[in-house]
Amino acid sequence: MMKRNIYIPYAVFLMIVLLAPMFVKNPYYLGVLVQVGIFSLVTMGLSLLMGYAGQISLGHAAFFGMGAYASAILTGTCHWSPWLAMGAGMLITACVAWFVGTPSLKLKGHYLAMATLGFGLIVNIFFLAEVDLTGGPSGYTFARIPHITFIKWTIKSETSSYYFVWGILLVILLLTLHIIHSRVGRALRSIHADEEAARAMGVNTAQYKVGIFILSGIYASLAGSLYAHYIRFVAPDPFGLMESVLLVTMVIVGGMGSIWGAIAGAALLIILPEALRFFQDYNILIYGAILLFIMLFLPGGIFGGSQMLWLLIRKIPGRRQEAKDG
Amino acid sequence: MGSIYALAALGFNIIYNATGIINFAQGEFVMLGAMLMAYFAAVLKLPLLLAFIVVVLLVACVGLILERGCIHPLKNPSILVLVMITIAASILLKGVTMFIAGKEVHGMEYFSGENTVVDMGGAKVPTQTFWILGVLGVVVCGLVIFFNLTLAGKAMRACAFDRTAASLMGIPTKRMVMFSFFLSAAIGGMAGAVIVPISMADYQSGAMFGIKGFGAAVFGGLGNNFGAVSAGLILGILEALTAGYLSSHYKDALPLAVLLLVLFVKPSGLFGSEAAGRLKKF
Repeated sequence: MMKRNIYIPYAVFLMIVLLAPMFVKNPYYLGVLVQVGIFSLVTMGLSLLMGYAGQISLGHAAFFGMGAYASAILTGTCHWSPWLAMGAGMLITACVAWFVGTPSLKLKGHYLAMATLGFGLIVNIFFLAEVDLTGGPSGYTFARIPHITFIKWTIKSETSSYYFVWGILLVILLLTLHIIHSRVGRALRSIHADEEAARAMGVNTAQYKVGIFILSGIYASLAGSLYAHYIRFVAPDPFGLMESVLLVTMVIVGGMGSIWGAIAGAALLIILPEALRFFQDYNILIYGAILLFIMLFLPGGIFGGSQMLWLLIRKIPGRRQEAKDG
Repeated sequence: MGSIYALAALGFNIIYNATGIINFAQGEFVMLGAMLMAYFAAVLKLPLLLAFIVVVLLVACVGLILERGCIHPLKNPSILVLVMITIAASILLKGVTMFIAGKEVHGMEYFSGENTVVDMGGAKVPTQTFWILGVLGVVVCGLVIFFNLTLAGKAMRACAFDRTAASLMGIPTKRMVMFSFFLSAAIGGMAGAVIVPISMADYQSGAMFGIKGFGAAVFGGLGNNFGAVSAGLILGILEALTAGYLSSHYKDALPLAVLLLVLFVKPSGLFGSEAAGRLKKF
């Protein structure tokens, strides 16, 4: 039952992803889709952490930034291969996530939110202050970040970037779906439902929480590396507090507790501001309003909301049937 | 500067005590206070005292609206929802401020005239420092009197202690929650109004005030007002020392590092003892 449920949506999604470039010819729109893919990677990890394990992180942009800066510095300054740099970035991020996560995740609720928020700000200040390493406020300008090469193709055009990013996303998505429907996923959901009870049932809650925190950090770092090679420029600005909040907003808007929701949320919150170009500066106003609206009226997010609607639609004929039988 | 953190920390404490909520929009109250004060005093040229009162009342009303509009309608909110709602509210406040006041940095002259300083044993101290310390002193005295001597204050303390018991005793707990938002926004507004001559404000400055105020609140033991004031002052001094001796880049990072350290090592804070037990409730 579970298995069938994973693969059918996955196959449909795979088809959509593969066929999309046939309909989206404009390179600008393809670029937007590449960004959706990159952010979906981060929100997928965050969704595992928030929706499944029930932990808040307001510092995820820091992990995203660490991946991006690791790729930029290691390929630009140290001339490493992009793949090696990407792996190194993930390793560094994992270590930092472990170091920060172990004490942080003992905290709960507001305290955890504030601790991760504080961590995110510190990392951002580090990006700003270490001018010799990161280039400081004006961004990493010491060398152009090289294009990434996959087997023999150089990922240069928008189309190749699209397939590259979404290809990685699809692999990670499959991995994530398997995690959710495995013993680990069930353990995480049990932590969300009731941590004490989970512990009583023999789930090592501390280990699971830190583990999933590290995993979501690695996702974010990978996304950061892809971002660095795609945009080919990194500056501290996109990895600050607002970005962390934006990432959390994406997860919530999409619907917590659903990986598909995480992708939908990322897509919506990236495409919407592009579509509403004339708002430009005021998109923080729109984000705030959307977030507030969803939290007040639609706590399940758009994905949860549409599922609820679907259930309602299916229920109505069912009820009539019952009434007839009665 | 420390006094501002102390004031922001007091604001956190008041809401936390009444509701158990950490209000992530607290920093926004300070920012609003600063922006409005700059507008009323520097642009409209209202008399200082009048401007100050209007600002504090306006910010307090924003706090009231926030509670009525966002917190009150929720029936049984989870912590995540509360955190996200107050964050959403803070983004919204930020956005509205930017919309109205623009992106420029706003400032004004000191309350007792442009750049006046007092010579204290060789160190030149801006007169505004005394205004800030004075306001902090008045607020602290006011709060002490309010919580210990008035009926409303005692009722609020009862709410903080045990909400169910308080409501059984006939205390309107819902109204107390509302009032706590009003009071804490008013204090935030005051903090903003007195700080704006020293450190200028723009629409983005709320977050830093907020998180440092929270740092002070945790540092001093959440819910402990005396601890909050002392911790706020200590943080301010530490920050000034880092800027002076280490690097001005990292002056903002220090209060955050202190916050993380306190959270990891002794979450009950420097001056809190029984708060540790409360923490478990989250």
